Amino acid sequence: MQKEASIREPLILGHKTYHDITEDVCRSIEGKAPKTWYVLFGIALILGLFGIGCILYLLGTGIGTWGLNKTVQWAWDITNFVWWVGIGHAGTLISAVLLLFRQRWRMAINRAAEAMTIFAVFMAGVFPLIHMGRLWVGYWVMPIPNQFGSLWVNFNSPLLWDVFAISTYLSVGFVFWYIGLLPDFATIRDRAKNPVSKKMYSILSFGWSGRAKHWNRFEIVSLVLAGLATPLVFSVHSIVSFDFATSVIPGWHTTIFPPYFVAGAVFSGFAMVQTIMLIVRKGLKLEAYLHVKHIEYMNIVIMVTGSIVGVAYLTELFMSWYSGVEYESYAFINRATGPYWWAYASMMTCNVVSPQLMWFKKLRRSLLFTFFISIVVNIGMWFERFVIIVTSLHQDYLPSSWSMFHPTWVDIGIYIGTIGLFFVFYLAFARYFPILPIAELKTILKTSGESYKNGTAGLSGNKPIPAVETAAPVQEVVAPKVDAVVPLVETLESTAKPATEEITDVEKEGRINSLIEKLGKGSAENKNDLKLVSGVGPKLEGTLNDIGIYTFEQVSKMTKAEYDLLDSITGTFPGRAERDNWAEQAKTLMNK
Amino acid sequence: MADRVIYAMYDDDMVLLDGAKKLVSEGVHITDVFSPFPVHGIDPVIGVKHTRLGIVSFMFGLLGLALSIVGFKYMMIDNWPINIGGKPNFSLMENFPSFVPITFEFTVLFAAHGMALTYLFRNKTLPGMPADNPYPRTTDDRFVMEIRLSDNTKFSASELHAKIKETDIIEIEEKDYVVIK
Repeated sequence: MQKEASIREPLILGHKTYHDITEDVCRSIEGKAPKTWYVLFGIALILGLFGIGCILYLLGTGIGTWGLNKTVQWAWDITNFVWWVGIGHAGTLISAVLLLFRQRWRMAINRAAEAMTIFAVFMAGVFPLIHMGRLWVGYWVMPIPNQFGSLWVNFNSPLLWDVFAISTYLSVGFVFWYIGLLPDFATIRDRAKNPVSKKMYSILSFGWSGRAKHWNRFEIVSLVLAGLATPLVFSVHSIVSFDFATSVIPGWHTTIFPPYFVAGAVFSGFAMVQTIMLIVRKGLKLEAYLHVKHIEYMNIVIMVTGSIVGVAYLTELFMSWYSGVEYESYAFINRATGPYWWAYASMMTCNVVSPQLMWFKKLRRSLLFTFFISIVVNIGMWFERFVIIVTSLHQDYLPSSWSMFHPTWVDIGIYIGTIGLFFVFYLAFARYFPILPIAELKTILKTSGESYKNGTAGLSGNKPIPAVETAAPVQEVVAPKVDAVVPLVETLESTAKPATEEITDVEKEGRINSLIEKLGKGSAENKNDLKLVSGVGPKLEGTLNDIGIYTFEQVSKMTKAEYDLLDSITGTFPGRAERDNWAEQAKTLMNK
Repeated sequence: MADRVIYAMYDDDMVLLDGAKKLVSEGVHITDVFSPFPVHGIDPVIGVKHTRLGIVSFMFGLLGLALSIVGFKYMMIDNWPINIGGKPNFSLMENFPSFVPITFEFTVLFAAHGMALTYLFRNKTLPGMPADNPYPRTTDDRFVMEIRLSDNTKFSASELHAKIKETDIIEIEEKDYVVIK
């Protein structure tokens, strides 16, 4: 087993067992959704539907419903596109790059961030599709033979590179996400009680069973996909930046764009992850798995990428002057001092100044401050794209055609609509999908769980048990050979099998009576599910019930003397009850 | 005669691993292990070979690379060359810088999807497939060894039971072996 330095902060707080992880993640899926969820979902749905309405109106009427004019021919559509693609960068970065660097803290956020990526890229994809004008011939961007009435698509064009980059990114990201989801869907499937959800999750889990060979393949597939996705992440936003960088517009054709856009994308993606996860951890009570240390790590990423973005802004300014090209210099002077100075100023404040506050440890460990900064960064990154696109266009080579851009209600409606739709998807995801990777978290529990690191995990739960050499006689059930499919047999006769020592029935009777006397009488009517106590299986539960132990209350009263007495009666698992500390477990179960 | 199988249940991955090592050293063949997460170190013990999916991915990647280059050559150079901004359109080599981004994307597309589909088919995990883990809790916190009698002809069933019970199991069950998928 891998070891982790003891000075590293634990990634999973408190004492958790494997079963606790399953419970904590499945709780929100199996339970009822709170009222707030319905309220938020309702709001998001209304906004989303309004957005769809605006898109339909746009398609029916034409691009003229946007505020574009002959000088500013590209504005909010492409701003929103780049903004959403940028947000869609954190997920794959977290799951792929951090996997390659073996950063275990990624496991608290990777599932949720990948979901965010996929939904954000959906929203991004809407904009190029609708701004093509005639959506119904959108398939012309595919390289199809020219019998369809056009030439081949132009493979020299960055816009076509974008088509390939975004669709590859979306589909590979989806596959990566879904392959990780399969084992977790299987967990939910095997716990589901309601037949409809059982059916649904068994379809979603593709019949995953967790065989050793499958896990072997799973790990390699994850690793190779991470290796493929890492250059993909960097290529996608580089290609998005080529849309501008390969043009000849002053303010756009700079070679610094690809790295600067990638850093900006990581910056805005992490900000969105912070915004969403701070709400999710609170709403789904996942504080033990996603705590201040995780937030701090993300804030450090935000600080570093924010600084890269800041350096890029200043380099751009310097180069516009140093190049000696007057059009280039004018574009930047106009950005900072022209009619759109307010957009430039908010971009600079939000993206350059605000992440520098994260140098203070107190601030980057404060949840409220982090939430505030994450919103600020999201706004700032939207302004960055607006500044690059609109201010570079609005005062072109010919002063007589200079103009401003005014968004119409359709522009605004579509933007708000994509935010609504994004949250519709996201809220549905948070409700029905495992928001933390259950299987992956279990692999780091013993190396990074708090109770395992400080050694207090000693008594209960799935703990490595030192003594293996004790020859424990074990209950045994041999199903009749005629049965084709044998259900889990819970025969009680088997408990009477010879134990370590032969005891007469009379003696046994006496011991049972004295045991029950100490623990108090229980009845079959108000019995608890004793199987929830770790170490008690269906057969042992039967044995306990047979003796007269039915409730957690009874189990919680057990001490060393009772354990020994129980062992002498059942003769099955000597020392097990004590080692697993049933009484302590039963106490916690009682209080649930 | 139908095959019989013994399922031995453990409640901890490390305990299962110790048990598996002990059983294997005694000559027992463990057919499979069901676990809620990858048990590191179990593969060499029970004789699971290293997967070749990495090679599959590489070959699909090569296929994507070849297809994209053939596509550019045919579409942009041979079938309908067009002069776009004066970019060279008469030879693949000279026009290739413009094609690099899509060559890369296509390679990744094929490598990723080819491997993912192979993975799903090889695992028999496809939409609508039934699950075949013997107990539902093996996807939660239980670890189960599958030991088939036909793989262990040198031991009798009772000998196997005795051997398994020497490890720290929590339950053991023998039943007919049923192939679900």
